[in-house]
Amino acid sequence: MNPYLPVLIVLLFGIFLGGVFSALAAFVNRRRITDSVKLEPFECGVPAIGERDKMSVKFYLTAILFILFDIETVFLYLWAMTFKELGWFGISEVFVFLVILVAGYVYVVKRGALEWD
Amino acid sequence: MGLDGQGLATDAATVQVIATIIKFVIIFILCMQVPPLMVWVERRAPALMQRRKGPNRVGIGKWRLYGLMQSLADAIKLIFKEEVVPEGANRAFYHIAPIFAVFPAFLIACAIPYGHTMQLFGYTIPLSIVDIDVGFLFIFAFSSLAVYGVTLAGWASNSKYSLLGALRASAQMISYEIPLGLSLIPIVLIFGTLDLNQIVVAQSAWIWKWGVIKAPISFLIFLICMFAETNRAPFDLAEGESELVAGFHTEFNSAKFAAFFLAEYVSMFILSLLAATIFFGGWQIPFVPYHALLVVTGGLTWLASLIGFVVLILKACFFMFLYVWVRWTLPRFRYDQLMSLGWKFMLPLGLANVFITAVVVAAIQFG
Repeated sequence: MNPYLPVLIVLLFGIFLGGVFSALAAFVNRRRITDSVKLEPFECGVPAIGERDKMSVKFYLTAILFILFDIETVFLYLWAMTFKELGWFGISEVFVFLVILVAGYVYVVKRGALEWD
Repeated sequence: MGLDGQGLATDAATVQVIATIIKFVIIFILCMQVPPLMVWVERRAPALMQRRKGPNRVGIGKWRLYGLMQSLADAIKLIFKEEVVPEGANRAFYHIAPIFAVFPAFLIACAIPYGHTMQLFGYTIPLSIVDIDVGFLFIFAFSSLAVYGVTLAGWASNSKYSLLGALRASAQMISYEIPLGLSLIPIVLIFGTLDLNQIVVAQSAWIWKWGVIKAPISFLIFLICMFAETNRAPFDLAEGESELVAGFHTEFNSAKFAAFFLAEYVSMFILSLLAATIFFGGWQIPFVPYHALLVVTGGLTWLASLIGFVVLILKACFFMFLYVWVRWTLPRFRYDQLMSLGWKFMLPLGLANVFITAVVVAAIQFG
């Protein structure tokens, strides 16, 4: 048996379960809400003002930095798996890799990309 | 002869498929018990800490059961609530978001070894649902998917509070995923495998061989990331009741809200199981090696596996209680504190931890 077959089964089941949760309300309580005040997004009881789609650019920066550093982490996993075969050579190579990574990290910190105000 | 062999092979495969389904059903039922029980613990435990009583009325008939049925009553109430989809919400994503919140938690549950491989009716059955040798990567791949549920929920709701909560939660989750990934590399270096079952076997019943002793810094980082990944106090800025109402699920109600609740508690439970598996010897009983356990159970492997399973659950229960304990002990972080802890402390610490562990392990292994 392919070891990934259970993954597929569980994935489909998980989606089914989420779907049940998502659809349950529509079947259990069929009342349609027509009150327009009730349908407003939550705004502490006052009329909604302003736009929703404006957000701080910091979140994009965080996402970009995440992609960079997460890929480095994945690279380190490959080295960790071949750790015994590569021996000290592997460690010296990873040291160089980490030095370059830390240089980039120091640059990011110095430019203030991680500052939140 | 050839036909017989083929028949046996298909027979064994059928048994494996059936065993997989049974195992999944058991784990699923177990996971579904976690949210109601945890909701109860989360009301009773702080009540004890604050010298209150907490819910103690709802029971079955004349038995009050310390208010244990309160969670069940809440769940039933929640399901029968009317559903209010806010005006201007992106309906497709609004309905899809709970699905994305629920299924990653159950997928990660599959990779955890719940006990030693057992012999039943002449078949060898491994006690993890998915028996793969890249358990770590599998877990990282699917735990990252949880971010989509949060982001979609917040964005689709057409509410400022939801959007802000979702942005905060997703930035926090991806930020702490990096130290989480880094914290487990030393474990791979020490035990030389990505297979969770082999890691548990290598840790053995002797406490000084456990991950927490061999890689204490890793455990510290993993523990902090555990709290941050599940958006729990002191990192629950995504919800921040006093500022964001409820965060990304402000506009969700009835069964959809229950889905987010379920997902949160199940992922807490799965991370607790992971912490127990990687750092606290998984299903190993302290100071009772597996072969000694087999002698006690009279050579019955299924009984030994069952005992191991219970031990693993007990270890996970400790971490579940730790979640509640910490929540009622520490105040909430400020967002800039949270981000600088993640990026300026945990990330360098994680990198240093990886490198120092590598050098030490190499010095021991290669001389």
